[in-house]
Amino acid sequence: MSAGKSNEKSSGLNNRRSTVNRLSADNVTLAYDQRVIAEQLSVEIPDNSFTVIVGPNACGKSTLLRALSRMLKPSQGRVLLDGSVIQSMPAKKVARTLGLLPQSSIAPDGITVADLVGRGRYPHQGILRQWSTEDERVVQESMEQTGVAELADRYVDELSGGQRQRVWIAMALAQQTPLLLLDEPTTYLDIQHQIDVLDLCAELHEEQGRTLVAVLHDLNHAARYATHLIALRGGAVIAEGAPNDIVTAELVEDVFGLRCQVIDDPETGTPLVVPAARKAREQVRKERVDQGGRAEKVAATEAS
Amino acid sequence: MKTALKRDATSEEDSGVRAGARSAVKSARASRTNSAVRGPGGLSVRLDVRALTVVVLLLLAALAASVVLIGTGDFPIPAGDVLKTLLGDGNAGQEFIVNELRLPRVLVGLLVGASLGLGGALFQALSRNPLGSPDILGLGQGATAGALVMIVLFSGDAGQVTVGALVGGLATGLAIYLLAWNRGVHGYRLVLVGIGMSAIMTAVNGYLLTKADLVDAARSVVWMTGSLSGRDWAQVWPLLALCAVLVPLVLANGRGLRMMEMGDDVSYALGVRVERVRLLLMLSAVLLTAAATAAAGPVSFVALTAPQLARRLTRSPGPNLLPSLCMGAALLVTADWISQRVFGADQLPVGVVTGVLGGVYLLWLLVTERKAGRI
Repeated sequence: MSAGKSNEKSSGLNNRRSTVNRLSADNVTLAYDQRVIAEQLSVEIPDNSFTVIVGPNACGKSTLLRALSRMLKPSQGRVLLDGSVIQSMPAKKVARTLGLLPQSSIAPDGITVADLVGRGRYPHQGILRQWSTEDERVVQESMEQTGVAELADRYVDELSGGQRQRVWIAMALAQQTPLLLLDEPTTYLDIQHQIDVLDLCAELHEEQGRTLVAVLHDLNHAARYATHLIALRGGAVIAEGAPNDIVTAELVEDVFGLRCQVIDDPETGTPLVVPAARKAREQVRKERVDQGGRAEKVAATEAS
Repeated sequence: MKTALKRDATSEEDSGVRAGARSAVKSARASRTNSAVRGPGGLSVRLDVRALTVVVLLLLAALAASVVLIGTGDFPIPAGDVLKTLLGDGNAGQEFIVNELRLPRVLVGLLVGASLGLGGALFQALSRNPLGSPDILGLGQGATAGALVMIVLFSGDAGQVTVGALVGGLATGLAIYLLAWNRGVHGYRLVLVGIGMSAIMTAVNGYLLTKADLVDAARSVVWMTGSLSGRDWAQVWPLLALCAVLVPLVLANGRGLRMMEMGDDVSYALGVRVERVRLLLMLSAVLLTAAATAAAGPVSFVALTAPQLARRLTRSPGPNLLPSLCMGAALLVTADWISQRVFGADQLPVGVVTGVLGGVYLLWLLVTERKAGRI
């Protein structure tokens, strides 16, 4: 299972265009000022999937998510939402279709949980429609789904990190978008709360049929929860597909430069990445210095 | 579809209330201070009861202080007579004193206070920092520089000085915006650039003062302290017109500003056009502050304190725009009354009183912020 399908088939996907999926990036070049992060990158987010973007630090995964959520305007190419260029759509209309949980957000001083979650209703409101019964119902529902309904009257600043993240997710839920993008939702949380948040995401995906796109650092979490995985390196898609199909020792070595074994997760049967022992990796590093280009092949055979 | 959803929601709510006390208590707690007024056709307005009460009380306070202030001076008039005269039912002598001499001055005070309060609230919300107010950012200094150029270099009349102050304030605001702009203006950069700008402008003002002869210098110093004395209807109308345009514009964008408190990313994700709202509101804030400064001189610390005091009264997060506006008006008129009451008519410019009050407040703010670990 672990060796098997190579990542060649994904390079074909790279250039494929489709009007079927709601959200896609079409040949985008992403850059901050003059610093180019990714060139000619094309990504499809399959509808009703839980897509997870993985890759080493600075590979452009958060940048890609920013482009998909129209925070970053591609210098070339376009991001399409429901067939139209996302930048050309009315801001509130996009906000009713696509939600984002960014990495950094500021809870205003002295705001209660219910108030913060209520702010997620902004794109559904206007000057004459400030707080409908529908708003009230959705806010209550969102708080219940994320398990923060009991905290409704508490101040956000006095909550723990895990609770706070749930509150922010509740706010994004109150936006009622069929698509939800999450930028490293598990960062700064301990293992229990990480799993907690990921379970919640899986629930939102499975039970409500929302399309989720998340950037995650932990490859094992990604492999366990994603229905669709996109592996990035240096701003290019190295592989994409179901975790069971694409997560192999070669891929991990290729994307992260880490020698490892990929075994079946005893709990779920999904791929589980076990990094090779330090000594074994040092051994390979030495061989690499000795033999140059041949080392890679050695690593690959050893890993399988 | 929409109505169906709404009906659903209402019936659910009804059954929820009927179902038991628990959910009723819960919803009552959640909407402790916020309540919504709903009309036909999906019309709904959210009211923060406490904030609304604060606004009404502050308005009443400002108006009461105005009436008392009109009655104060070398020729005292009882409050009852002031009210009677304002309603067009006074004797000729009182009518002249009230309508021609004192009313325009009080109106300028109210408008200047309101503009400074609102401008300060906008700046503090945009920079997400209580120190990001026009006083600290050097807008007042910039307006002063404009006025001093007119007084010292051109010996301009009152009208020209006003225009000079307006231009100076706007130019400073623009310079700060351009210097602080880097893919969006951010809080700390704005404050730091503003402090630098303020220092430069102070230096310019010092230089202009040394160049001035004695008469011009005395006139400059009076202007620089911020005073309401001798203000007439000519100052009221332009300020009133500006407020009539800008206040509704700002309040209409207040909901977007409230979202921007949570950071650019979140507000962007919620569908706020962050850069546009920010530019619009900053421009309004600069205009309000510059116009207020042009009318009354750089009355210090109202823009800094009014939003903070208003916020402590409403106890609600968010920019508290309307409460800050009312607080600014009430503060300035009260300060003017104190200066006249304690030191006699026109002995002490109002800017000195607001400076003393505001200075104490700024120290207190710095100490508490430091304790809270935010500075």
